[in-house]
Amino acid sequence: MTATASRLVGGIRWTHPKTIGIVGILLGALAFWLALPPLAARTQVLPIAIGILAIAAGIWSWSRDQRRVGGGAVAAGILGIAFGVLATRSSTAHLDSVVVWSALGAATLRYATPLVYAAIGGLYCERSGVVNIALEGMLLTGAFFGIWGAIWAHGWAGNLAWIVGLAIAALAGMALAAVHAVWSISLKVDQIISGTALNFLALGITGFIFIDKYGDSGTPGNIPDYGVPDIHIHFLQNWYFIGPILGQLNLMIWLSFLLLIGTYIFVFRTPYGLRLRSVGEHPRAADTVGISVYKIRYIAVISSGAIAALGGAYISLGFVHSFSENMTAGTGFIGLAALIFGKWRPFATWGATLLFGFSSALADRLPNAYGNQWGTLFQALPYFLTLVAVAGVIGRSIGPAAAGRPYDKQ
Amino acid sequence: MSGDDDRRELAKSQDEVPQPPTPGTVPTPQSHFASRFAGLKGAIGPILTTIIAFFAGGLVVLVTGKNPFKVYNAVFNGTGINWFFHVGHHSARIPFSTHKMWFPWDTASIAAGNLQQTLLLTTAIVLTGLAVAFAFRCGMFNIGGQGQYLVGSYFAVWLGTSFVHLNPWIHVTITVVAGALAGAALAGIAGILKATVGAHEVISTIMLNWIAVWVGEYLFGEQGPLQGPQPSVPISNSIADGAKLPVFWGLALLQGLSIGIFIALAMLVVYWIIINRTTLGFEVRAVGFNPEAARYGGISVARNYFLAMAIAGGFAGLAGALDIAGWEYNIGQNDIPVNQIGFIGIAAALLGRNTAVGVGFASLLFAALINGTSGRQLDPSIFRPDLAGNLTTIIQGLVILFVGLNLGGLWMTFRRRRHKGRIDEAGIPQAPALPDAEREGL
Repeated sequence: MTATASRLVGGIRWTHPKTIGIVGILLGALAFWLALPPLAARTQVLPIAIGILAIAAGIWSWSRDQRRVGGGAVAAGILGIAFGVLATRSSTAHLDSVVVWSALGAATLRYATPLVYAAIGGLYCERSGVVNIALEGMLLTGAFFGIWGAIWAHGWAGNLAWIVGLAIAALAGMALAAVHAVWSISLKVDQIISGTALNFLALGITGFIFIDKYGDSGTPGNIPDYGVPDIHIHFLQNWYFIGPILGQLNLMIWLSFLLLIGTYIFVFRTPYGLRLRSVGEHPRAADTVGISVYKIRYIAVISSGAIAALGGAYISLGFVHSFSENMTAGTGFIGLAALIFGKWRPFATWGATLLFGFSSALADRLPNAYGNQWGTLFQALPYFLTLVAVAGVIGRSIGPAAAGRPYDKQ
Repeated sequence: MSGDDDRRELAKSQDEVPQPPTPGTVPTPQSHFASRFAGLKGAIGPILTTIIAFFAGGLVVLVTGKNPFKVYNAVFNGTGINWFFHVGHHSARIPFSTHKMWFPWDTASIAAGNLQQTLLLTTAIVLTGLAVAFAFRCGMFNIGGQGQYLVGSYFAVWLGTSFVHLNPWIHVTITVVAGALAGAALAGIAGILKATVGAHEVISTIMLNWIAVWVGEYLFGEQGPLQGPQPSVPISNSIADGAKLPVFWGLALLQGLSIGIFIALAMLVVYWIIINRTTLGFEVRAVGFNPEAARYGGISVARNYFLAMAIAGGFAGLAGALDIAGWEYNIGQNDIPVNQIGFIGIAAALLGRNTAVGVGFASLLFAALINGTSGRQLDPSIFRPDLAGNLTTIIQGLVILFVGLNLGGLWMTFRRRRHKGRIDEAGIPQAPALPDAEREGL
């Protein structure tokens, strides 16, 4: 990513295979986009022609050792042709009802935000060398204890009860993560087994307390009054396209942007981040130069619990305004998928969450016009893409070298 | 620093692909000793774990203001295991005939019905447990038993509803076998990815789980290809009578016990034979202990990764097919995301220490627990079934948490630390150690 940025600053080399490959990816997207509103080109020639250009660019750059970008361009070209042709065969009325860019954009951010928190939480954990498949459980814990805390605090904190809710969610997530930390760092239990156990525990504990406390009537209906507030930016709201997306976003979405930037700076631009990464890549070397591997791993795992739990609290307190058993239903695993798809880097991970969020948003709107099945199949897209990513068809995803290995201090 | 650590560091640097944690690679005198008496000593940790988990569950019940003994007693009665304690003079129909014979137990009592339910659940959990256990023996964590189970059930429904006029023997066979093969194929994807490009099987199987779930939602949802005749009811057709497994105890209409339980028990034997008495099993275990050493020994690691995953998936797919052919007969869209059988298999495999006998008993334990706390069996006046269902999940979580700890091994370690003042290695042998084979391999 930084290499691309410096090249942009120093002037783009237009004939470089990587540039051509990126152009190919953009062409693939263009092939699809032309067939959609507002342009909604009705001829099939356009997406096919542009898609073939994209594939050609991809093959060219693949043959010049830019496999990742080249493969991406070929895939984008094929998908662009497929979706473009599908779109031209569909009626414009159907397209108009599904493809409302501003609504899709806002929904994408809403769906992507819990994934961002989960994935960034996972990033700290896995960068320190501890695999965390308990993200799902941490999200669920945050979702329940966030709403529980807010309801509890509503009596004395009034409309600011969500602050208490978020704090309690973070604490609950940290408690769950602390178990993971003790088990995987000190007791050296297999980290995946510990994570699986915590997913079970989180599911059982949140479900148990929920039924015990709110079982008969569900969580109270007045939570929107003291949930995490939306931020209204009045001057933005009249802007074309951007206004409807950014004008009225939940506070937690804005915080997720800050979290991303903060994480990038912390992990890649500070000595602490360097220590974190070194512990995850080669703990013995880190230990040799005097870094406390256990301490850093403990801090990383526990903060990962807090961050992931905040994502869960966003789902219950900022988005749905209620809780139900197992309400996260795999969101944590998509977050993990986004982390892997984004190769354990903050902004690439963010791109992955946006892609997955977009596919969820589209899946939500597709049934309006095309019936339920298509939306359902779209829900599988994030998992499929992640499978492709770990398979290395478009550039292998390789995690921190020491992830999953307990460290024995000598 | 011991020689073992040197070796592992070497293996790390030579292999750019991060290997999964290979459990139990380090032979300790304790594990060597334990393997000689694996049958008895190996059971202590899991039993201790179970007691702790149930004790913790009892505390949770106590916190909600109920009497844990009463609740556990009600759960136990719901499992149907109490059926064995009511011995008397009864007559029972000999299965698949009209003759009757004397039998010490009443085969038509309520407890008998409960036991049938428990054993039906056991059937599926044994097989999904084996799916996890087999992959574990090869050093892989197959978290995808759920997806493999689902795919198996999809294929069973598809083939079971397809050829209506086929010979029943052939029909039920292809239904069940196709389910197993479908599970094997899904797991085989993860195996191939691991073998060829080193993709971590945990990630790929999690992804395959969710792909299986959403494909199922598509297949059995409204207007889906396998949805039944009523357009607004997202449930598949029932499979043909010829594709159903014979029910030998109870009534098929009331979800009686089919011969699937015997298939599951046979698979436990098959598992034991493959692991302990075949070349494939030896190679799988060798790869599980130390892939590098196995490679030096001339074993194809990639081939074994693939085969182990495919066989594991076959077990889970068989579980799905047996559930369809044995008692479910159709799939509802809403049942797909709430099904947890594959995940319970993880708990069963871990508690059973990946041994055939252990998985069998652990499956029975979890099946009984789930059935005993289900809404159908548990009296709401004693304990709310939906609370009890969550309690079951908590107990499962605690079991996995503590069985990973290897309480016996931990105690040994602390004792050694007191004696020697240092720890060599906190070994966590999920797979029971096989020190001789490993020494040979090195």
